[in-house]
Amino acid sequence: MKRGVTTAVAALVLAAGLAGCAGSSAPAGSAGTSSDDAATTLTVFAAASLKSSFTELAETFEAQHPGTRVSLSFAGSSDLATQITQGAPADVFASADTKNMDKVTVAGLAEGEPRVFATNTLAIAVPAGNPARVTGFQDLARDGLRLVTCAKQVPCGAAAATVADKAGVTLRPVSEENAVTDVLGKVTSGEADAGLVYVTDVKSAGGRVDSIPFPEAGAAVNSYPIAALSGAKNQEAAKAFINLVLGSDGQQVLAKAGFGAGGQ
Amino acid sequence: MKLRARQPYTGIPRWVSGLAVLSALVVVLPLVAIVARVNWANFIPLVTSESALDALGLSLRTSAASTLLCIVLGVPLALVLARGSFPFQRLLRSLVLLPLVLPPVVGGLALLYTFGRQGLLGGALQVLGIQIAFSTTAVVLAQTFVALPFLVVSLEGALRIGGQKYEAVAATLGAPPGVVFRRVTLPLILPGLASGAVLSFARSLGEFGATLTFAGSLQGVTRTLPLEIYLQRETDPDAAVALSLVLVAVAVAVVALAYGRPGGLQRQGPAPWGGSSRRPTTPGAAGGTVR
Repeated sequence: MKRGVTTAVAALVLAAGLAGCAGSSAPAGSAGTSSDDAATTLTVFAAASLKSSFTELAETFEAQHPGTRVSLSFAGSSDLATQITQGAPADVFASADTKNMDKVTVAGLAEGEPRVFATNTLAIAVPAGNPARVTGFQDLARDGLRLVTCAKQVPCGAAAATVADKAGVTLRPVSEENAVTDVLGKVTSGEADAGLVYVTDVKSAGGRVDSIPFPEAGAAVNSYPIAALSGAKNQEAAKAFINLVLGSDGQQVLAKAGFGAGGQ
Repeated sequence: MKLRARQPYTGIPRWVSGLAVLSALVVVLPLVAIVARVNWANFIPLVTSESALDALGLSLRTSAASTLLCIVLGVPLALVLARGSFPFQRLLRSLVLLPLVLPPVVGGLALLYTFGRQGLLGGALQVLGIQIAFSTTAVVLAQTFVALPFLVVSLEGALRIGGQKYEAVAATLGAPPGVVFRRVTLPLILPGLASGAVLSFARSLGEFGATLTFAGSLQGVTRTLPLEIYLQRETDPDAAVALSLVLVAVAVAVVALAYGRPGGLQRQGPAPWGGSSRRPTTPGAAGGTVR
């Protein structure tokens, strides 16, 4: 009896393990072996902040290109750049900053020059109702105000440091987070009185946070570059997707999410 | 099918050994990979940078504090769970063990909704002028939350195996419960307590998710070593790898302390249950199965 149970458990564990392996290798395999309708998959690696807009654009793209499926992977730009340089099978890379796109171009993995398709600026996010009555950037240095920013090592933190520098304000955050979503989380939960995030983050948070725009934000404008990758199995689809993002349809969707227009 | 009970049986099917090698590789190979990635030329400067030392110091301090807190809170709980008899005892045990299987980020959220400004106790804490979020206290709380089950499991195992014979004898000799606890129970469970404490310390040292969610991340205040590694990875992978190795080394030292020496911690104390210490290996009590 006992042995039966043990065997069953072992079999289950083994089966789960095999299923896991099969699952992870399936996309690559199925893309190569599908025969009838020649369905192709376009894999797009995009910065986490692009989630809602790129999800919408992927649907538009699939409607315009029947037979092509867009597979989206969202994560921090530095994670994505690392994955690409380590050989992840992506066709298009959309980064939230030029630094991480540079990692990919320096490695010789980008096809052609990356093109800037959107910009993003910082905004002050405060819990709904603005309990600490923050009115501008200078207020962030106020004694006893619980400010949360990104760490200087990540793009949103570097932008915050640039802005503070230009404005001559010394920020003393109670926490320096790894990701802008963590900053937003501390604000939505009401733990922080204010946080420095991107305009688009405030939009995506809906009514849970209020936003205080500030003129000093212009000192640090974040550019979002996009590029097809040299390893792309379907260069044409990759280029078509990039054109959609840069075109009027794409720009409209991005503007709705709070992004500024791309310069090039 | 029938095995003769008293003979030690050592036959292992070949496929089991094969899978065992595979499973050992699953653990060992990534460790080898990280060692291979270390930039040895810069290793010392990387691990002795100001932020790295701050993080290591903070990690050791907070882990020590949370281990202490685990002992203070865990001993009574384990005693009640092992020896008490009250309604919903099993339910309570399951609940106490929950942090073992809960994703740490869920623990962090739960703590936030308990001790945060708008949390369950937030109002009361604010009246008392206590701010927990973004403080070192928050780190200790997060670590205690995830590490407490390790201590309770270890100790409960030791208590159950130990039985209550000695206590019963002490009681018949007229010792009040307080004296029995101090003079008999405590010395008996000391080995189990020690291995539980070591495990709690190790778990605290590795705590990441709950801390990030609940305490935040600020150098010298809340940014423990795992958080520092996660941050350094963004810009300086070499530093992240070097610090990872430091954490691995500390973890190895801790595990060695708990299990490595022949006999282990369990042997230091008296073993009233004699040599027949074979028993089901619960994760925490595994340290006691040394023969």
